[in-house]
Amino acid sequence: MWHSLTSDQDLFRDTTARFLDSHVPLARLRKDYRDHPAGFDPAYWTSGAELGWTMCLVDEADGGGSVSGRGAVDLALIAYEFGRHAAPGPLVDCNVVAAALSGQAGDLQQSVLGELIAGSAIASSALGAAPWQRPGEASVTIRRDGDDVIIDGAVRPVESGKQAGHLLVTGRSEGGMTQALVPVDAGGITIRALKGMDVTRRFASVTFDNVRAPASALVGEFGRADDHVSRQIQNAAVILSAEAVGAMDAAFAMTLDWAFHRYTFGRALASYQALKHRFADMKSWLEASHAISDAAAEAVADQTSLAAETASSAKAYIGEYGPELAQDCVQLHGGIGVTYEHDLHFFLRRVTLNRLLYGTPADHRRLLAAIQIGQEHAA
Amino acid sequence: MSDLAISEDLRDISVEDFRLRARAWIKANLGPIQPWDISQDCENDEEELVAVARDRALQRKLFDGGFAGICFPREYGGQGLSPAHQRAFNEELVGHEFPSRFAVPTFSPCAAVLLEFGTAEQKAAHIPAILKGDEVWVQMLSEPGGGSDVAGATTAAVRGQDADGDHWILNGSKVWTSRAWWADWGLCLARTNWNVPKHQGLTVFLLPLQQPGVEIHRIERLNGESEACQEFMTDVRIPESDRMGEIDAGWTVGTRWMYHERMGSNSPYVTRPIGISNAAAEGPTPVAIARRVGRLDDPAAQELIGEARELDIVTHALRSRLADAAASGKGNTDSSAIDRLFCGIARVRQSTIAFELAGSSAAGWTEEEEEETGAQGMEFLMRQVSCIGGGTTEIARNVISERVLGMPREASGDRNVAFRDVPRGPARG
Repeated sequence: MWHSLTSDQDLFRDTTARFLDSHVPLARLRKDYRDHPAGFDPAYWTSGAELGWTMCLVDEADGGGSVSGRGAVDLALIAYEFGRHAAPGPLVDCNVVAAALSGQAGDLQQSVLGELIAGSAIASSALGAAPWQRPGEASVTIRRDGDDVIIDGAVRPVESGKQAGHLLVTGRSEGGMTQALVPVDAGGITIRALKGMDVTRRFASVTFDNVRAPASALVGEFGRADDHVSRQIQNAAVILSAEAVGAMDAAFAMTLDWAFHRYTFGRALASYQALKHRFADMKSWLEASHAISDAAAEAVADQTSLAAETASSAKAYIGEYGPELAQDCVQLHGGIGVTYEHDLHFFLRRVTLNRLLYGTPADHRRLLAAIQIGQEHAA
Repeated sequence: MSDLAISEDLRDISVEDFRLRARAWIKANLGPIQPWDISQDCENDEEELVAVARDRALQRKLFDGGFAGICFPREYGGQGLSPAHQRAFNEELVGHEFPSRFAVPTFSPCAAVLLEFGTAEQKAAHIPAILKGDEVWVQMLSEPGGGSDVAGATTAAVRGQDADGDHWILNGSKVWTSRAWWADWGLCLARTNWNVPKHQGLTVFLLPLQQPGVEIHRIERLNGESEACQEFMTDVRIPESDRMGEIDAGWTVGTRWMYHERMGSNSPYVTRPIGISNAAAEGPTPVAIARRVGRLDDPAAQELIGEARELDIVTHALRSRLADAAASGKGNTDSSAIDRLFCGIARVRQSTIAFELAGSSAAGWTEEEEEETGAQGMEFLMRQVSCIGGGTTEIARNVISERVLGMPREASGDRNVAFRDVPRGPARG
């Protein structure tokens, strides 16, 4: 993907690529994981954590670190390989929560962070309020009650909700957003598995009914988590975008190969101009997706003044064109493209799912608009 | 690299030092960007000529300041620096006025092609003149008989000899030449041999535009603007010294010419602001249009505003990626067709977004409104220009599928056939 990687970065990426090749080949996912309740094995996740999957966005002081010092860039390399392999595991949520806990001094936060880095536990993000919503649209509220906070509302989809030990819940409070880290067995939390579209990634709905948590469970300050949440959305956008680009690359390569080798009316599909032009369109979407995904990873890693806009642009563009490209790949394959036996659906599922998580294209476009309107108002 | 005349101080200047120098100079010498720097559309010819004179003066200012032709060799008046230096300058230029009429096609493709194929005499005669703002160039490629099939040129040059020496006599017509009516020189692709296949009988010439024998007509577009021209050449005498490249080997020049054309404003030879700016200074923004019609709080309008912004940011990222690939030598030179296709489609979408935001207000507007926030109805009618001008997106799709992805070429009726025997439709104006 990147034109210039350091040898350390390339080794980092390649180690994960080889690990995924050998542990979760598509043939194995197709056969063994479709009905697996978690979609992944704990030992697989722990081994991945040892390869550095969950530490890139965490400060060195908290036991994290990354090979290049630009955590989001390095993590995007892993996410890209996840996409290329349609790999199992809660990569997005574990990293988003780990990054959110990094720098938080509390015992609970530090202990969960340690488990996430080691890969011995899963934590999920329950985004009950989001920056693209108007205040009244939040699905979770968090209010103070003495020294505690009370959480009410419902969130779906929550990735690996049934597998997680803790939830980082985001809700609307007076004055802004609040985040709290709660164990899944806290009184008043109900987690229900949902049916979903990916072969290996699982989702749940979570309801919070008068859930009480101590102030020590807060991540950031009460009512002042907006900036943290935005940063978490940026991280998620980087991971989801890079992963989608990996899946787009795989789907496109497979379809290009098909076009050269599939003959109809005595000619290769690749010789028909009507199809050649569609491949050209797909190639332009693919190159643009690579470009904006890389740009987002760099902007978020460096926290440039355009980080939020670049991340949202990546999420919106790839969210739109990832599924478009994958559906075109299906169309160019014909009937075989919608069979379970073929590999293509793994990538169609992945890009489609990624479009929907942490803000749809429409959500991120409204975020971009809010930034534009704010700037032109200030000018 | 072979240019030994580069002075030590400049040859070694780092990109970051150069950037700081550029920043200071730009702040001290260049005013804010003007709307006509981006659209280049003027109200009338008088205004256009004023803008041209201003651009020539601005180009001269860059030259005097030591910032003209950053990637051109010093022996031809350039700065002998790298594409990274030009890029740093272009990034610093955001928000400032610049000689936009020189960017494309004078610097790229014309000056780039001159640099690559011109004789030492041709380069010495023209590159310093371009850098000083004295010569504006156009490309004389398309013909009335065929738009995208530029190698099918039928404008003909015949070799002659007289008391003044070897020369060529040019007859024919070129079309869609932007702003030829006031430009100085043209790079002209002409047929010099009809007895060989089409790509093997072409030669490139340098042609002064304002001379007897070159009749220039303006082409009025549906929105009333008439920057594009058609030239009719009748027995135009071209001295042998104004031939570029070998006789009949014009397509060797032509393929690189096409490459530089596709690079367009992305070329390292072009000075123009790059970067994601706050677009407010660059014409009516989607926010301004939505505000005019009172739709800033409408979520549907917000999605359109955000999508337009997204396309700007993705365009910038794609161009950086392709430029990096080209600079590192890893890129396929035909990858510029990806930029061409993407940008054509993206600009079409942005035009549609502006039109959708304007709603029924695009049907009729006051002069004040047009000045403030543009005329989205008329701009929508001209929408497809971004997918036509500079090579259609269909040709770009052919280039991407055949030369980037390696798919089989389209069947054609002109391969391995003497050009005079190639089937042709009637020329249409």
